Amino acid sequence: MKIKEIISLVEGTLVVGGDVENEEVTNAFASDLMSDVLTIKDTDSLMLITGLANTQTIRTCEMSDIQIVLFVRGKNITDEMKELAEENGMVLIQTNYTLFRTSGILYAHGLSPLY
Amino acid sequence: MVFEYPVQGGDFTNAGTVSSKVKKMMRQLGVDAGVIKRTIVALYEAEVNIVAHAYKGVITVQLDSDKIYIKLDDEGPGIPDINQAMQRGYSTASPEVREMGFGAGMGLPNIKANSDVLEVHSVVGKGTTVEITNNF
Ligand SMILES: Nc1ncnc2c1ncn2[C@@H]1O[C@H](COP(=O)(O)OP(=O)(O)OP(=O)(O)O)[C@@H](O)[C@H]1O
Ligand SMILES: [Mg+2]
Repeated sequence: MKIKEIISLVEGTLVVGGDVENEEVTNAFASDLMSDVLTIKDTDSLMLITGLANTQTIRTCEMSDIQIVLFVRGKNITDEMKELAEENGMVLIQTNYTLFRTSGILYAHGLSPLY
Repeated sequence: MVFEYPVQGGDFTNAGTVSSKVKKMMRQLGVDAGVIKRTIVALYEAEVNIVAHAYKGVITVQLDSDKIYIKLDDEGPGIPDINQAMQRGYSTASPEVREMGFGAGMGLPNIKANSDVLEVHSVVGKGTTVEITNNF
């Protein structure tokens, strides 16, 4: 699924990331637990959907090679998080939808789960 | 090449800066992406453990042409029962640590899964040493 399709389905906004809207996301993983995210082996074209918005969310994605993060429930993305994401060439998207609603919509439109 | 980095316990703002530096260094050296990922996930888990559970520490990284050796030496409460700490789900993490998205008792087992050789030594009341070796 293209990033622009994801943004449109969840009425989201692109917070960090330039010309990426045509980039493809293969599958997604939803979690607020970074311990869990760190156990994922195959992170190619994986999007993390999370309600945990702090610098460690970005750090965890940096270490796990996760390039795309979708923050739910309108969580505030700080300047520090944005900077860190930019440094690592990551894409950050924000939506006001809940984790459940976001995941449900994207799943129903064909975005694959990781497991 | 040998590098040394200090780590401050409780400092979640900077947790991961060492792992980030080491990752960039491994990339520059052209190490295989799979090996980088395993090594950096293990290092980050161990770095976060110092921040979450200890007072302060030093991370020593020795990079050779065929392997990386990382030693994380901390001053802290130590681990009374290492076998128990290695069990998935065992955690003494504080509410603050859990708020940061950690504290599920998954770190040490994940370090093991991502290291070729892992050694954990600890003295209660003094500190903990974690040694990770990964071959290229
Ligand atoms: N450097 C350390 N100093 C003191 N205790 C430690 C240290 N590292 C781990 N421990 C102890 O071992 C337990 C298990 O560690 P582990 O990394 O597996 O889980 P965690 O850090 O609690 O949670 P997670 O890693 O999932 O965020 C910790 O809760 C803590 O009691
Ligand atoms: Mg841990």
